[in-house]
Amino acid sequence: MEWMMAVAIGILFMIGVYLILSKSLLRIILGTSLLTHGVHLLLMTMAGLKTGAAPVLGDKAESYVDPLPQALILTSIVISFGVTAFFLVLAYRAHQTLGTDDMDSIKGDES
Amino acid sequence: MSNLLVFPILIPLCTAVLLIILKEKVLLQRIISTVSALFNIAVAIVLVSRVHADGIQTLHMGGWAPPYGIVFVGDMFAALLVLTAAVTSFGILLYSFGRIETEREKAYYYVLFHFLLVGVYGSFLTGDIFNLFVFFEVLLISSYALISLGGTRLQLRESLKYLLINIVSSTLFVAAVAYLYAATGTLNMAHLSQRVAEAGQGGVLGVIAVLFLIVFSLKAGLFLFFWLPGSYSAPPSAVRSLFGALLTKVGLYAVLRTFTLIFIQDPGVTHMWIAWMAAAAMILGGLGAVAYNDIPRILNYNVIISVGFVAFGLAAANGDALNGAVFYLLHDMLSKGLLFILGGMMITIGGTGRLKDMGGLIKRYPLIGWMFFVLALAIVGIPPFSGFAGKVLLIRGGLDAGMLTLSLIGLGSSFLVLYSLIKIFRLAFWGDEPEGERSRVNLKGAAAISAALLVLVIVMGTQAEWVYSYVSKAGDVLIHPELYIEAVMKE
Repeated sequence: MEWMMAVAIGILFMIGVYLILSKSLLRIILGTSLLTHGVHLLLMTMAGLKTGAAPVLGDKAESYVDPLPQALILTSIVISFGVTAFFLVLAYRAHQTLGTDDMDSIKGDES
Repeated sequence: MSNLLVFPILIPLCTAVLLIILKEKVLLQRIISTVSALFNIAVAIVLVSRVHADGIQTLHMGGWAPPYGIVFVGDMFAALLVLTAAVTSFGILLYSFGRIETEREKAYYYVLFHFLLVGVYGSFLTGDIFNLFVFFEVLLISSYALISLGGTRLQLRESLKYLLINIVSSTLFVAAVAYLYAATGTLNMAHLSQRVAEAGQGGVLGVIAVLFLIVFSLKAGLFLFFWLPGSYSAPPSAVRSLFGALLTKVGLYAVLRTFTLIFIQDPGVTHMWIAWMAAAAMILGGLGAVAYNDIPRILNYNVIISVGFVAFGLAAANGDALNGAVFYLLHDMLSKGLLFILGGMMITIGGTGRLKDMGGLIKRYPLIGWMFFVLALAIVGIPPFSGFAGKVLLIRGGLDAGMLTLSLIGLGSSFLVLYSLIKIFRLAFWGDEPEGERSRVNLKGAAAISAALLVLVIVMGTQAEWVYSYVSKAGDVLIHPELYIEAVMKE
């Protein structure tokens, strides 16, 4: 099971990095989004994959899934959701003001 | 157990939430912000004195004893940083009253200001590495909004880059946390320290340590600072001084904390990296400060130099060097906040940030000129001002650790700092004023705030002995991580 996750994470990272390196702002945002998804999967895989048990830690439980990574992933997803939303709005506004979404023509020193 | 530790986080959080409702009432917003910031200073003073009297304070969230649950830890290092951050941010808050336009104030400026403080104080006080990530994100999201608030072309352009670089580094942060959890099975920093000590820090843990170093260096502007000068130039001067005083310091705190508490088993690798990065930050920052001719850029490169200087103390990692790093960090927060405030005032009265279009300001604003001069001396480290004690400790520690080259680079970077600040002083205050009518700006309030902060800088220097009695306690925890571990894990 783990190797499938590892491949999936690798592909997500690959596409994410490829998109971040492109010129269009929208592609960059999608790239960051994919990158964070890859990281979330990584978090889950790193904590150990299990099937068939509930994430409850009781004294008498015979088997259980570690509940911590689920809490971590949830927190991280919420954060990346918020940041992506902000990034999209900022990109929209930048497109309105600067008149382009090409990162090459956005750079420069003058105000 | 001490509930005192949540107050520095709770006060700005509640204030921010309250201020969202009072969007249109600017005066009320200002009053509430001031009261809240004063409360925060009071709480921080109580916290420091409590830590001084009773030792390290801990708070277990929801009654879950470590290593389960989230723990808040207030050691002397964190408490002193909270106090300094509270004082500096109070000064910047008062400065922003006259300097931030009403439109920005109505667009939730104070709300974002307080949310940023939540992130800063939380990062200092948390004892859990994932929680550190969360508080980092709180302060980063506030800073994204603050940097783009106003929506000028320059701000939008710079905030896009700032946002992208921080998203990527946060992603790496989560990846590093995931690997660390896989390797050790815990996230509590004290427990991590124990586990890493048991496992030894070779192989995988060494890689994780370097990954953390890259992440925190990106946030602190230690060597990986390419994004910093541009994005810190974009927002108005009050926001800029808030960033210069607090944001990089939080990253630096994270570096200091993780590499004095968790990853201490293999200093030959990690601390050598830190030493190289510190040297690069000091040299490249110094070159940048000398090369540019507009005030925001010079000040931003000065931030990078001081980050490198504190990291040098961490690389040397003996008693004197770490005490010096703490002392210099406190001095640097205060004086960088003040430096950016003074720089902002100069841009306001000169009408531009470019030095070649300025000149002769000393005739009309002698007080600001001399305050800037004294502050420049303090930052360079001329006794009796506050930079001196920290620098002496750092250099002495560096020489004790046998890092002659780095110590010389540190001293050399002080000359570059001196040169760059005196360049500002010379070009902006001396010479002839350029032609053309200048509107006279009322800066009495801002000047009074700067004077008060400058008095603090001077007192910190002249009373260095007394400050040192607190700083050395903070340094003790950094040198002897078992103090921290004991305090957290005892119950």
